[in-house]
Amino acid sequence: MNLFLQQVINGLNIGSIYALIAIGYTMVYGIIKLINFAHGEIMMFGAYFAFIAATSFQMPVWAILLLVMTIMAVAGVAIEFVAYRPLRNAPRLSALITAIGVSLFLQNLALIIFKPEPKIMPKLFPEMNFNIGGIDISSTTLITIGVSLVFMVLLDLYIRKTKQGRAMRAVSEDKDAAILMGVNVNRTVSLTFALGSALGALGGILYSVAYIQIYPTMGVMPGLKAFIAAVLGGIGIVPGAMLGGFIIGMVETLTKAYLSTTWADAIVFAILIIVLLFKPTGILGKNTREKV
Amino acid sequence: MDKNKRRTYIINAIAITALYLAFFILIQTKTMNKYLIGIAILTCIMIIMAMSLNIVAGFLGEMALGHAGFMAIGAYSSASFSIALFNTGVGLPDLVVLILAMIVGGTVAGIFGILIGTPTLRLRGDYLGIVTIGFSEIIRIFFVNFQPTGGAAGLTGITRLVNFNNAYWITIVIAILIFTFGRSKHGRAIISIREDEIASESAGVPTTRFKVLAFSLAAFFGGMGGALYAHYLAFLEPSKFNFMFSIEMFVIVVLGGLGSLTGSIISAIVLTVLPEMLRGFAQYRLLVYSLVLIIMMIFRPQGIFGRTEFSLTGAIDLLILRKNTKNSVDGGEA
Amino acid sequence: MSVLSAKNITIQFGGLTAVDQFNLNLERHELVGLIGPNGAGKTTIFNMLTGVYVPTKGEITLNGESIIKKSTHEIVKLGASRTFQNIRLFKDLTAIENVKIAYHNFIDYNLIQGMFRTKKFWTEEKKAQDKCMKLLDIFNMGGYANTLAKNLPYGQQRRLEIARALASEPKVLMLDEPAAGMNPNETAELMETIHFIREKFDITILLIEHDMKLVMGICERIVVVDYGKTIAEGTPDKIKNNPEVIRAYLGD
Repeated sequence: MNLFLQQVINGLNIGSIYALIAIGYTMVYGIIKLINFAHGEIMMFGAYFAFIAATSFQMPVWAILLLVMTIMAVAGVAIEFVAYRPLRNAPRLSALITAIGVSLFLQNLALIIFKPEPKIMPKLFPEMNFNIGGIDISSTTLITIGVSLVFMVLLDLYIRKTKQGRAMRAVSEDKDAAILMGVNVNRTVSLTFALGSALGALGGILYSVAYIQIYPTMGVMPGLKAFIAAVLGGIGIVPGAMLGGFIIGMVETLTKAYLSTTWADAIVFAILIIVLLFKPTGILGKNTREKV
Repeated sequence: MDKNKRRTYIINAIAITALYLAFFILIQTKTMNKYLIGIAILTCIMIIMAMSLNIVAGFLGEMALGHAGFMAIGAYSSASFSIALFNTGVGLPDLVVLILAMIVGGTVAGIFGILIGTPTLRLRGDYLGIVTIGFSEIIRIFFVNFQPTGGAAGLTGITRLVNFNNAYWITIVIAILIFTFGRSKHGRAIISIREDEIASESAGVPTTRFKVLAFSLAAFFGGMGGALYAHYLAFLEPSKFNFMFSIEMFVIVVLGGLGSLTGSIISAIVLTVLPEMLRGFAQYRLLVYSLVLIIMMIFRPQGIFGRTEFSLTGAIDLLILRKNTKNSVDGGEA
Repeated sequence: MSVLSAKNITIQFGGLTAVDQFNLNLERHELVGLIGPNGAGKTTIFNMLTGVYVPTKGEITLNGESIIKKSTHEIVKLGASRTFQNIRLFKDLTAIENVKIAYHNFIDYNLIQGMFRTKKFWTEEKKAQDKCMKLLDIFNMGGYANTLAKNLPYGQQRRLEIARALASEPKVLMLDEPAAGMNPNETAELMETIHFIREKFDITILLIEHDMKLVMGICERIVVVDYGKTIAEGTPDKIKNNPEVIRAYLGD
């Protein structure tokens, strides 16, 4: 039983990271119907910048988080402006391919700048181990889950209670109507990218603290899994991304613990396929029909 | 067959043979060394992969991002077949074994195309794309774990049956078959689904059946490409058939023009040969490659050829036409 | 002899009943009009008759065979075909290719014969080319055969859609607002064309239209729907003066 609860905690740990990254995917898809393939690279660069801030500048943790999240927020906005905005009205396929291009570009940029050898992320959080009811929990795990939850709650409040948050929801539902209501779509889209990228970067930092190694392609698999989490929960729905993130984290951890490490990824993909075949709008999604 | 078509066929046949002779001479005179020949063979394989993918991505217009999976199935099944065949001690000429292996690889891949396509093609657009990624990854992970084919360490002991000669002509044959398919009633039906699925269905086309046909035919030829790959490299490793490889193939088709088979051929040649020639700038090539992709999508999303085909006969006619005009302007009749 | 018959067909979308117990019987060779204000459910009825939507209740038979559970392409094979309100042509295909798609089921060669271009391929393709060309000639579009559909002028596009619908050799042809966007000359031409194809191809025609001149001019019988229900049915003269119909269009 203890082993099981231990795994549940591990699942929550990685699940909260996936949730943070998934939110970025789901917000962008919700607002401009684009799968931002480059989001995994935002996560990766977040980790790298945190590494630099920690090792070269010895900044305190709170400063690192603040700085890196801000930098990546700006980066996200810049990417949208340069690569995605010109294709706002183009067919979805073109935008998707551009996203793939941006992803490849960023990966190779990191490869050139930082070199392929993995960097080791120093311990950002004070190391303490707690034993609660026979289960080992490290302070890192607690902080990861805690910080993630805090930011997720903040984001949820922002979207639900503020004017800009309402604007984001409006543009997601009906862009043209939102324009007629006086919403500045460009600014809203930029804001969406900023928030999503900030959270993605946070996810990257927490991920690298948990998994220690930082390398240029580190964003590919977690990015893909976080995206699957977003789809599972209901693409375009922020609480869905959170829910999906935790579920995928759980499934992955439990599969690795009880079935096999190598098949864990396959099972995550299988979940994706089953969800899309039977309920493509995800757990929290609604059903829609095409008009002829 | 009318006169114009006959003329086109003859011109194309001459061009294909002439090209082969050119390569033949280059190889015989050792102007092309083993390394360059290897690139040429790899190019042939990528041409097959790009053209087969174009059946789904171009003709049908769906985002198939898991083509590497079918290549893997074709590669592994054909290799297993040829290894087993050689083990039985039956003495068949290399070319025959290669063709048989290709048919096995293609057929197994094609069957998986039907199995995967049938439920998957109910989805559209982005969702379809993601599911194909999912299936391709599952296939890759399967081969990583499947010990009978070597697992993660890979499959060795495959006989190298492919050389430039058979690679070239096999590629030509497959290319022709995909061309004729595109211009048959089946190809037309698939294109009509891309244009307007509801109208296509309302015109009497059984759309579900044809979507699966496109998907499985693409898988079939993709599997054949995989078989060639296996019997050229003589070694298979599952990590090669990953998401990135699928994306590379997809990018080749997009840059050449979705729906243009000649575009796929030219794009495959450029994108396979160029990186090799720029090996000195290896670390920058993917960077430039992805920049080109982004710029292309912003400024010329339909790719080089869009949906049209490059016609050798057309190009010749254009040159002849220009020459005639020039003559009459210069000389002219009194 | 009844060619197409719909009995009490009803369809609900969520809580909304879009069509309520609609009845229609088309006898062979008839030319019937389906009219009503916008949003009355006319296209929805078409969609049910062609298998795009499945009615929640009711029964539809084509030439005596029930088609309710059949897919659209099966229904087309059984002899019903249609055009669309907003023109759904295959834009990147030429005019003749558009028509050939609908002739698909009459072209008899399989995948292998197509890929290897056997004799069967050539004879069947020639048959298709001749037949489809003849169809285009009937609509005076022979010269546009190799023009891409997206490059055709609007009037030609409408005609092409009808030509395409005829290529599947239907027994019932359903036209959804064929005169939309046409000027009076074009409309008059269309009226002649409709009469002509009814005679030449011996088919039954059902059409949705808002252009009253066309409807009153060629329809032998008119069915009027409003809010998903039939409110009147009869000859053009009867319908013209029907108070219910007038109220539906002009309000009280």
